[in-house]
Amino acid sequence: MVDLTKGYPDKGYKIIGKPVPLMDSRAKVMGQALYTDDIRLHNPLTIKILRSPHPSANILSVDTTEALALKGVKGVLTGADFKNTFGVLTISKDEPALARDVVRYEGEPVAAVAAETPEIAARALDLIKVDYALTDGVFDSRKALKPTEHPLHPELGRENNLHKKVVQEFGDMAQGFEDADVVVEKRFRFASINHAFTEPHATQVEIDNKGNITVYSATQVPHYLHMAMAEVLEIPQHRIRIIKPHLGGGFGGKSDPFPHEMIAAKFALDLGRNVKLKFSREEVFFSHHGRHQTDLTMKLGFSKDKGITALGLDTLIDGGAYGSFGIVTTYYNGVLLQGPYKVPNFRFHVQRLYTNKPMCGAMRGHGGVNPRFASEVLLDMACAETGLDPAETRLKMIHKENTLTTNEYRVTSVGLRNGLTEAIRRTNWHDKHGKLPFGKGIGVACGFFISGSALPIHWNKLPASTVRITIDHDGGVTVFSGAADIGQGSDTMLAQMAAEVLGQPLENVKVISADTRTTPVDLGSYSSRVTFMAGNASRNAAIRMRRLLVQAACELMEMIPPKYDRPEPPEDFFRQGGRKPDFEKGFLGANPDYADGFIFEDGLIRSEKHNASVTFLEAVEKALEQEGILQVSGTYRAPKMGGKFKGSGAGLSPSYSFTAFIVEVTVDPETGFIKVDKATCAHDCGFPLNPLAVNGQIEGCIHMGLGQALMEEMVYDNGATQNPSFLEYKIPSAFEQPEVDIVPTYSDDSEGPFGAKEAGEGILAPIIPAIANAVYDAVGIRLTQLPMRPDRVLAALARESEKSDQKRGDKA
Amino acid sequence: MKILTLTINDVSHSKAVPPTMTLLDFLRDEVGLTGTKNGCDSGQCGCCTVMVGGKPMLSCLMLALDAEGHEVTTIEGIAKGNDLHPVQEAMVEKGAIQCGYCTPAMVINGVHLLDNNDSPTDDEVKECISATVCRCTGYNSIERAIHSAAEKMRGGTAWLI
Repeated sequence: MVDLTKGYPDKGYKIIGKPVPLMDSRAKVMGQALYTDDIRLHNPLTIKILRSPHPSANILSVDTTEALALKGVKGVLTGADFKNTFGVLTISKDEPALARDVVRYEGEPVAAVAAETPEIAARALDLIKVDYALTDGVFDSRKALKPTEHPLHPELGRENNLHKKVVQEFGDMAQGFEDADVVVEKRFRFASINHAFTEPHATQVEIDNKGNITVYSATQVPHYLHMAMAEVLEIPQHRIRIIKPHLGGGFGGKSDPFPHEMIAAKFALDLGRNVKLKFSREEVFFSHHGRHQTDLTMKLGFSKDKGITALGLDTLIDGGAYGSFGIVTTYYNGVLLQGPYKVPNFRFHVQRLYTNKPMCGAMRGHGGVNPRFASEVLLDMACAETGLDPAETRLKMIHKENTLTTNEYRVTSVGLRNGLTEAIRRTNWHDKHGKLPFGKGIGVACGFFISGSALPIHWNKLPASTVRITIDHDGGVTVFSGAADIGQGSDTMLAQMAAEVLGQPLENVKVISADTRTTPVDLGSYSSRVTFMAGNASRNAAIRMRRLLVQAACELMEMIPPKYDRPEPPEDFFRQGGRKPDFEKGFLGANPDYADGFIFEDGLIRSEKHNASVTFLEAVEKALEQEGILQVSGTYRAPKMGGKFKGSGAGLSPSYSFTAFIVEVTVDPETGFIKVDKATCAHDCGFPLNPLAVNGQIEGCIHMGLGQALMEEMVYDNGATQNPSFLEYKIPSAFEQPEVDIVPTYSDDSEGPFGAKEAGEGILAPIIPAIANAVYDAVGIRLTQLPMRPDRVLAALARESEKSDQKRGDKA
Repeated sequence: MKILTLTINDVSHSKAVPPTMTLLDFLRDEVGLTGTKNGCDSGQCGCCTVMVGGKPMLSCLMLALDAEGHEVTTIEGIAKGNDLHPVQEAMVEKGAIQCGYCTPAMVINGVHLLDNNDSPTDDEVKECISATVCRCTGYNSIERAIHSAAEKMRGGTAWLI
């Protein structure tokens, strides 16, 4: 039996830091877990969506007469039925529930039918007559920059298809390149890729006799869906209850409010009937929201002594037809290069373009993955040119603890140096790098990522996460949180927090989550925010509960209860990002110490000083006497931080994770096929709350990174999706997944709950350049286009051999 | 419509079904066994895998009527009451379950493999799960779980008795 806690410090916790199977595993392994499409509502209508066959057209007319006349059809909706557009970002609400007057991508919803059976609904779709006038589409981000009289979104008042442009510059770029020993520059291109979660989008809506609706939906963001739906349907939020059932994977692909959710809710309200809707796999690919197709040119200045002296990039990201998270993606393509190394002089220019293709949005490693590939490949080139070891060089350059980056992120905990050192040792890096036979290679790359965004999408002063905890008469603990468990195990994490603080076995803690009627607001499962933010909120709620129980126990034992000071503002500059601390009354801060002179264990609350104890249950009963219920809330809000320049909030996070990969590959020069043999990963997620879950995230990120590196790409032909199925959009199978070695890596983050940081996204980015760098070590080619398909490998090998032939020729 | 009589998880069901109905829809919509998942409806993802006549089959590509005369086992028929099959137990223990959408199919794949091969090689385990897409785990933990279940079953767990 492998001990997954080996290599991590023993902090004396009972539940935190232990490998705990996710609490819903048993239900899932028995087939009992209900996903959205598994719910059986009473007599539901089936909804089907008519999608545009054209990527760019004007809608001249939509005739629904025949469809409505078909027996069993209960309703048809078109664009005219929805007034308000929506979008996950308040600054980018550009998407209609159904296309009005114009379609902007192939597969865009144009009309929808609700009918008594799926067969009738399908037949009715055929009876809807849409008259389209085809228009010239724009399918390429470079062309989208050109002036046009008909931009996709004329409401922006632009003369081209630019959606968002961000330029930020720090330091002195010219001086930075001046100070460099080498300057390397390359153009990199990246295909768009899809999340490829296994559960297709699904929504069911239940309506009661007062016209209130309960929306069951496969969503990562119940709270944002709640807000968007109220706005689109023009009804108050209290008439809508959003519940996220078990969710079959998200990876960012279910983190927007979607048209189909609006359509389903509107049908339920209009028809007074329960409704259900589920996407086909093809519809999932049409709907997309995946990683942006990217075209970027990057220039890196590097000095042997000083490390990176300057980094500049100019990037086009192809956003597709609508905004989604795109404005954030635009920033992230630049700002997420501010780690894991110091970049003293830094400039980025990123433009997101609208094109007539399915929209792109957030996907695991959001916005940071493609630029990370470029920077880590360029760094590898700089090391090769200067004769430095790429692993040792990176080791030296990793941010020190408590660093302020050039763009004023406060980097607090950094645990990567030990991890990378151990990875170098374990892989025998120094015996292998540059020394393996032709075809075998080893490569390294590093990355960093946010643990949640410090700023909310919807500007307000509410906590980023609130958790409610109750204890019943029999001592059972229930944690209520709006956080959406999307398979990553956040419910288990929330329970671990409460169980540890309250000294309860994990099975005594139940979690009710992601239900807007019964759970307090959490902003959702995106940007790796849940462990840090909802985790802290759960921990804080449990601490408040603990205080009530200690109070009750003291009354029973006739002791003077401990005094709790308000949290002292931390002295450390970096805890506050250079600003005055602003802890509100009663706010516990992040990860506060809860030592109170009592020990909660074995069903007892014991005084450490006196030989006295009461049972947990006695304390619960005492605490219940007054109000009859025992409940508390806990919150998390990020401290004020960040620079005072425009856009300083992008990528601002209370803490950052760090990752290093060393990857070993075999490249077949005959076929161009790259096989990743082994991936050694060191990921600093602070203190791992659950090594079993962390390791699962690492292996899952390797899978997804491998897919983007070697095989995954959305293929479009003039806007038409060419590969909307798993048979054509290939993701790695068990045979491609390499052997994985996970190096125990940790830090103790002062603000993360029990010292934890993110472990779900940041891991993905560096594996891709590590593979590319290993390919260079194996066969001497620099691949700059993803995926690194065999044909591209062969083409690069041919170019390389031409070059060396030429060199030989020149010498002769 | 035709009357289909099918033994599923040792229980006989008789229902009138249209000849076009897939086994997947029959299981989920007629019998209410929603443990079997529909990830693509067209044989791409493998999430709908069930055992038909002792063999793993993609139930979305099989007509319900074609299953007549064969015993069907779905994920709901794998555990014996509250006792998990060693493959299920190992999947839980090894953290081989994240979102869980492919899990029922992975369990069916693993159970079938170990029913026929008590000491599978690494490649045999990879082969047995390679028809099912998992996007969360990278497959490593699923492989570990199947190997671990094999070891346990070789150790004489009286599961089959």
